[in-house]
Amino acid sequence: MARAHPQSAGERTASLGPGRKRRRGGAAPYLFIFPWIFGFLVFTLGPLVFSLIISLFDWPIVGKVRFIGLGNYAAMFTDDPLFWKSLGVTLKFAALFVPLNIAVALLLAILLNQKVRGSAIFRTTFYLPSVISGVALAMIWSWVYSGDYGILNYFLSLVGVQGPDWLNDTHWSLAAMVVASLWGQGSMMLVFLAGLKGIPKDLYESASIDGAGKLRQFVSVTLPMLSPTILFNLITSIIAAFQQLTLALLLTGGGPMKATYFYAMYMYENAFKYFKMGYSAANAWFMFLIILGLTFLVFKSSEAWVFYEGEMKRAPGAAKKRRRSA
Amino acid sequence: MKKVVVYGLLIACSLLFAAPLFWAATTALKPQTELYLFPPKWLPSVWKFGNFAEAWQIQPFNLFLKNTVIVTLLSTLGQIVSCALVAYGFARFEFKGRNALFLIVLATMMIPWEVTMIPQYMEFNYLGWINTLKPLIVPSWFGSAYFIFLLRQFIMTIPREMDEAATIDGAGKLGILVRILVPLMGPSLILVGVFQMMNCWNDYLGPLIFLNDQSKYTLTLGLSQFKGMFGVDMQSIMAITCLISLPPLAVFFFAQRYIVGGIAGTGIKG
Repeated sequence: MARAHPQSAGERTASLGPGRKRRRGGAAPYLFIFPWIFGFLVFTLGPLVFSLIISLFDWPIVGKVRFIGLGNYAAMFTDDPLFWKSLGVTLKFAALFVPLNIAVALLLAILLNQKVRGSAIFRTTFYLPSVISGVALAMIWSWVYSGDYGILNYFLSLVGVQGPDWLNDTHWSLAAMVVASLWGQGSMMLVFLAGLKGIPKDLYESASIDGAGKLRQFVSVTLPMLSPTILFNLITSIIAAFQQLTLALLLTGGGPMKATYFYAMYMYENAFKYFKMGYSAANAWFMFLIILGLTFLVFKSSEAWVFYEGEMKRAPGAAKKRRRSA
Repeated sequence: MKKVVVYGLLIACSLLFAAPLFWAATTALKPQTELYLFPPKWLPSVWKFGNFAEAWQIQPFNLFLKNTVIVTLLSTLGQIVSCALVAYGFARFEFKGRNALFLIVLATMMIPWEVTMIPQYMEFNYLGWINTLKPLIVPSWFGSAYFIFLLRQFIMTIPREMDEAATIDGAGKLGILVRILVPLMGPSLILVGVFQMMNCWNDYLGPLIFLNDQSKYTLTLGLSQFKGMFGVDMQSIMAITCLISLPPLAVFFFAQRYIVGGIAGTGIKG
């Protein structure tokens, strides 16, 4: 907090004293944050604890509730092929979606970051699909993917390819889902764009003076400077991949042959189709653990590949040069 | 040469991103006889604007619209009011446990909704709120972590001298928030409002889980039930798809600069 008038240390404490007292003001601050405290207890912490508790019970929505300890968790691992199936589908989806999502968003951001006319129009176009509802998105893609009348197969027919019935083909339905999900990459692109704009120009100038070509500049300047943003988008994408539910419910219903039966859908059906609340809560906790575990691994690995400018040890001369040009 | 490549790629990508939207819009305007043709026609031979009104009649979409508007307006209002109050509390006061509580605010952003979904459902069921709009509105009145964080960051950038001047003029704590800070927080409050409006308008899973009765449906839920219904053709589905996408698109166009700045900010800080 920068103060307008420089004061000696003693004076500063003295002037802060009464201000602090006034600021403390007893219960007032708690009144201001009360809505959040209440909401946290009732809509987050309470349900969180309760969810952990019911995961230890056989808890049908009607009928007798029975304590079974870790029985739900045990059943999941040993006695439920759908658990493994849905976990496998989700991991496969994540393995395709996460890298592609980052690559597409980064490519678009790099294109938008070039000095071109009308970049605002292009930016808007790339972001539009992210504005509409997941339901609308699903409706549009189910029509695009239509095997007999879809526009996608029409384009393929122009180059002499007979397209499959995308959403009903076990080989293609998951890939179709990935592409439809990529369509909504807008926020990620904007985050990358902001990251790119934050890279100081003089880094590229020095690199080009040192004889680095465009590709070399991308690898040695853009990627390291962008790595914190990549980390953020990586984690966001992983979480999004595990939570993918709307598209599965509306595009394929998990089919064909469970080829798009995502983990989130498995969990949803256990709760709201089969009404096995305890079991579904156990599913949810397992998903939470996987997400936490993956996030932890990504963070751990980030020590090796994420580069924070603030931590860079720079020669005093270099720092001065940076300030001047900024 | 380089420019040509960049423009070429930008235009190609734009076509890829816009084509499905365009395809949806033209399908909505087609006469039924032109829906199922191969090769398909990009543009209808007759522009059937009547398709929109016709599709709107098939299900009680007026009712769904009313429900959606109620939910969107009330939850957006709640979100703005509650988040502003809470953010002010965290940004401007020192109190016991403040930092710990704020850390908890941030931590709650990590919890996937799926984990709390089932107990919340049972909670609302216990309260008799299932099949009412309340589960979609009431939680918004207690602040959401992300918006609280956003507003708190913004309030921190406003010099405290402004508050102190107002205190000398006799403003109370709430008065400072309402009369001094809120006018200065315009852009960030708009951002919260716009995000919440879009989230709420587009929400599908909330209505899907909490509403059973058709009279309580929101637009997205109504649209999702449309597919596979007897006598509903693709032009009707696309007509409704286009209609319910218009409000978020309109909001996006008017608030574009706030949204772009707001999303960019989260990534940098994250």
